[in-house]
Amino acid sequence: MIFSVHVEVRLRPGIADPQGSTIERALPTLGFDGVSGVRVGKSIRLTVEAADEAAARAEVDDLCRRFLTNPVIEDAVVELEAVDTAGTGS
Amino acid sequence: MSRRVGVVLFPGSNCEQDMVEAVALVGGEPEVLWHGDATVNGVDAVVVPGGFAHGDYLRPGAIARFSPVMPAVADFARDGGAVVGICNGFQVLTEAGLLPGALQKNRGLKFVCDTVELRVDRYGTALTEGVHVGTTLRIPINHFEGNYTCDEDTLAQLIDEDRVVFRYVDNPNGSVDDIAGICSTDGNVVGLMPHPERASSELLGSADGLPLLRSLVG
Repeated sequence: MIFSVHVEVRLRPGIADPQGSTIERALPTLGFDGVSGVRVGKSIRLTVEAADEAAARAEVDDLCRRFLTNPVIEDAVVELEAVDTAGTGS
Repeated sequence: MSRRVGVVLFPGSNCEQDMVEAVALVGGEPEVLWHGDATVNGVDAVVVPGGFAHGDYLRPGAIARFSPVMPAVADFARDGGAVVGICNGFQVLTEAGLLPGALQKNRGLKFVCDTVELRVDRYGTALTEGVHVGTTLRIPINHFEGNYTCDEDTLAQLIDEDRVVFRYVDNPNGSVDDIAGICSTDGNVVGLMPHPERASSELLGSADGLPLLRSLVG
C-alpha cells in the first residue's frame, strides 16, 4: 500500500523560537494587531510504501526520531493517508 | 614525534584549511580525512571543523552524522581519542550523540560574527590540557545556530560532572548558562562554537587560540 505522509516538525514546548518571536514582533508594524503565539516549524511531505497503515506509521515514526527531528529540541506530528492506487488515476 | 591530527573534510566544510595551518603552526602534523572514508587513518586526534557540512540541510549536522567517517570517529572517541568539534563541528558532534544537547538558532535571530571573551572553566580536556581554569581568551565566533540548549537534567549533569569547558563572559547567542563549549565525561571529546584556529596569530587580532591548539597537538 502507498501512503501519503505529512510530517510537521515543531519546536518542543518551552524551547525558545527566535523565528516565531521575530515574526510576532514585526506584525504590529505591518498593521496586524492581536496576533500572538507565533511558532515556526517545518512541513515535510513524503510517500511511503508499506504493508499496512501500522507498518507505515512505525516506519515514519522511526524516520522522525532518527533523522527528521532533533528530539532534544523538536517534536513531530505525523498525518498519514492511504493513496488509492487502484482508483481513477488519482 | 609530532602528533598527527586528522581534520575531517565534509562537503561544505570551510574551516578545514585554517585548522590544517593552525595545527602545523603549533608543531602538529595535520592530515585531511575525507568524510566518505570509514576510517580515521590511525591519527592521534580528530578535529571536526566549521562550515556547513552537507549544506546544513534539514538541520546543521543532521546529514553529516550519517557520513561513513562518523562511526570511525565515534569508535575513536570511545577508545579515549581526542575529538574536537568546532562550530559546525560541535553541531555535528551533538547530532551524532557524541555530546549532549543541541545548538538552536541564536537569541534574537541574529547572526553573530565577532571576537568574544571566553572563560576557561574546565582544565585537562583535549583542548585545555595545561590551560588554567579562569583564564580568559579572546576568540572569534561566527554562527547563526550557536545557542546551546539542553534539558534541565542534562544541564545539571554537565555542571555536576564539571563538563562545561568554556563560558562566554558576555553571552552573545542566548546559550543556556552562558555555555560556549562542553566535553564528554572523560574530557576527550570537546565541542565549542568559537574558532580557536582563527585566533592563532596577533596578525588575526588574537593569538589566544594557541594554548588550546597546543593542548590538542600534545
